[in-house]
Amino acid sequence: MVNAVPVSEPSARAPLLQAIAMTKRYGTFAANDSIDLDLYAGEIHALLGENGAGKSTLVKTMYGLIQPTSGELRWMGEKLELTGPSDARSQGIAMVFQHFSLFDNLTVAENVALGLDGVESFAAMSARLAQVSRDYGLPLDPNREVWRLSVGERQRIEIVRALMQNPKLLILDEPTAVLTPQEADQLFTVLFRLKSEGRALLYISHKLDEVKRLCDTATILRGGKKISTCDPRKETAASLARMMVGAEIGEVKATGARATTIPRLLIQDLSLTPDDPHGVHLKNISIEVKGGEILGIAGVAGNGQDELFAALSGERLAPREGNIVIDSNAAGGLSVTARRKLGAAFVPEERLGHGTAPRMKLSENALLTGHAASHMVKHGFVDKPKTLETVDKTTKTFDVRKAKRDPEAVSLSGGNLQKFIVGREILREPGVLVVSQPTWGVDAGAAAVIRQALLDLSSRGSAVLVISQDLDELAEIADRIAVMFHGHLSPPVAAHEATREKLGLLMGGASAEADAREASHAIGA
Amino acid sequence: MGLLEAIIISVIAASTPLLLAAAGELVVERSGVLNLGTEGMMIMGAACGFAGCWLTGSTFIGALCGIAAGCALSLVFAALTLGLAVNQVAAGLALTILGVGLSGLIGAGFVGEKITPAPHLYLPVLTGLPFIGKILFGQDGFVYFSVALVIGIWWFLYRTRAGLVLRAVGDSHTSAHALGYPVLKIRLLAVLFGGGCAGLGGAFLPLAYTPFFIPGMTAGRGWIALALVVFSSWMPGRLAAGAYLFGAVTIMQLHAQAFGLGIPSQLMTALPYLATVIVLVLISRARGSAGSVAPASLGIVFVPDR
Repeated sequence: MVNAVPVSEPSARAPLLQAIAMTKRYGTFAANDSIDLDLYAGEIHALLGENGAGKSTLVKTMYGLIQPTSGELRWMGEKLELTGPSDARSQGIAMVFQHFSLFDNLTVAENVALGLDGVESFAAMSARLAQVSRDYGLPLDPNREVWRLSVGERQRIEIVRALMQNPKLLILDEPTAVLTPQEADQLFTVLFRLKSEGRALLYISHKLDEVKRLCDTATILRGGKKISTCDPRKETAASLARMMVGAEIGEVKATGARATTIPRLLIQDLSLTPDDPHGVHLKNISIEVKGGEILGIAGVAGNGQDELFAALSGERLAPREGNIVIDSNAAGGLSVTARRKLGAAFVPEERLGHGTAPRMKLSENALLTGHAASHMVKHGFVDKPKTLETVDKTTKTFDVRKAKRDPEAVSLSGGNLQKFIVGREILREPGVLVVSQPTWGVDAGAAAVIRQALLDLSSRGSAVLVISQDLDELAEIADRIAVMFHGHLSPPVAAHEATREKLGLLMGGASAEADAREASHAIGA
Repeated sequence: MGLLEAIIISVIAASTPLLLAAAGELVVERSGVLNLGTEGMMIMGAACGFAGCWLTGSTFIGALCGIAAGCALSLVFAALTLGLAVNQVAAGLALTILGVGLSGLIGAGFVGEKITPAPHLYLPVLTGLPFIGKILFGQDGFVYFSVALVIGIWWFLYRTRAGLVLRAVGDSHTSAHALGYPVLKIRLLAVLFGGGCAGLGGAFLPLAYTPFFIPGMTAGRGWIALALVVFSSWMPGRLAAGAYLFGAVTIMQLHAQAFGLGIPSQLMTALPYLATVIVLVLISRARGSAGSVAPASLGIVFVPDR
């Protein structure tokens, strides 16, 4: 999917921003190690790399948030010293953050005002906000509080705020990570327009097909070093991935016969009011997951996935016993431990603080979820060797890399900790596994290990329910996919029939009946 | 002077120290810092305020001494929580213990001494008006200042850019930092302001309420001020309502005890606390979830990465 954009010839022109030998050290660790980067007006430049490759550090340096240890920035040929983001903004550098830099309890207009340097009056700013958001087709209600808005709308605030500075360079840190495919398409239209207006864009992403479609140049970082600068349209997704990871990524494959027979996890007409005033109501959710099957639940974050996970795991009890059935046992009113004793296992989205206690050792964390249904506790006493055995076994089976035998959970990198958490549950051979965002923010190598483990577990006859925002992931492992929207769960569709368009429309709230019609319309338009 | 008039005047006097200290703490908490040392800063304000007034004979200098003492103690808190990123709850509790002890030391030489209480406003015709005259135009400077302070804080928080930045820092310090706001500097200023207000609230007690100093004379008012901030949902208007309600019930129960109602005095003494909690809970429930949430970064230590 290459768009017809005239190929620019960067070498013929002077770069807008030049980064020369940028280095940032934290102690002995070099987050950025002598990175060179040239950005040109009218060009979308991709910055690619795994987690921890140094992308965010580099762009934060360019935005004045981080002071480099050494190296130099040149802005239109002249040396640029940034003491803070307001310096960068005054030069015409704007940034859209990965984890939005928004204030939930403030209104849209207040959020935008905070991102500008406050020379114009609030009324004038509000008027200009309306103007800019209309011009770029990014509608926003200035008086709504941010917590009331969807993720897509939140990102619009970030982008409009950046555009109101009329930037020469716009930095976007993984802007599509949380968007539906349709929302991403709308974003791309805006980005192409910004490019045609002669602005430079620096675009950080994990999604290689997106980069190939959007970007003129790509710079690949690995371990804080620059690996290469290339034309992404001339590379394949596989060759880009190879440069990012530094090795081939194994393909995930289902093994063995996948008998889909008896439902092992059953959700029946589950409705639930949230505890949190900002939470989502679950509305009449019914679905079954059979043994040997992986059911995927797609949807944009904040549409009730967290609430559904809490209801399934027993962190919140269902109104009726029969709302949740685990292996023919009504479990709606059972505690987390009681559900684990029925053979269920749960992997929450948040690794630190929910999946593990950050400052406790791995063996203790293994005990926390394993005490009910394993041999780690004897006569009420902890069997320390057994807990260490669990850690060793998980480490070995799932290739968890760590500095010592039993470190604190917080000391592991995201991917390794996730492998540990998923592994800890899978080694108990659960009959039902509920896992939320299994590979969120995990590098490609670890993600492949985790997905393969989920597939293997289901092929051994377990029912696996995967809640994920990553459609590619669901397409890779799920047998059927349902979509959550505003607390409703759509009827599941077979994975091979679930096109991105179809799922995207469901994620944006289109009803199942209308989706086929609208999908053809969307493609035609 | 009628009974009702006397009651209202004593209610205002009982409420003012709470209002001053709580208004300061509201600003501190709006910036995302939880300073549980209010009681300590108040009692330090009381001791130093009395000392300043006794030595110079001026209520105004006494009040300034009280503010300075509150600021100084809050600076200790700021150094610990903002500079060294110490847990705010622990640092705040330690601050109260420190303040109570230190104030006893400073005030030891002044116990039993007496000063002239703060002068009350007198306007020739207005103060002489029946009923409202003394209530509106016959108060001391602390009372007028406390009202102006609450209005000023409301205006600052909701009508100025600096107030918006302060609320933003309290809502998400990471976002504020990412946008380039000096989170720690803003919080330092807020903590100092809160310290000054608490010191002034404490100084009110020996300078205007009772013209002498006794150790521990704040008697838990700092804790009430903290509770008022939470129950007022961090809103200045509700805070004032809560403070005056608390003062009103405190005075009413004294009168009720004097009438000799057959209710145990312990229960009557507990009444102001119960009434304030119940009313403020009802207010925040009636308003629904919107706008009644705590500053999201409240009590969370922030260490900028640079």
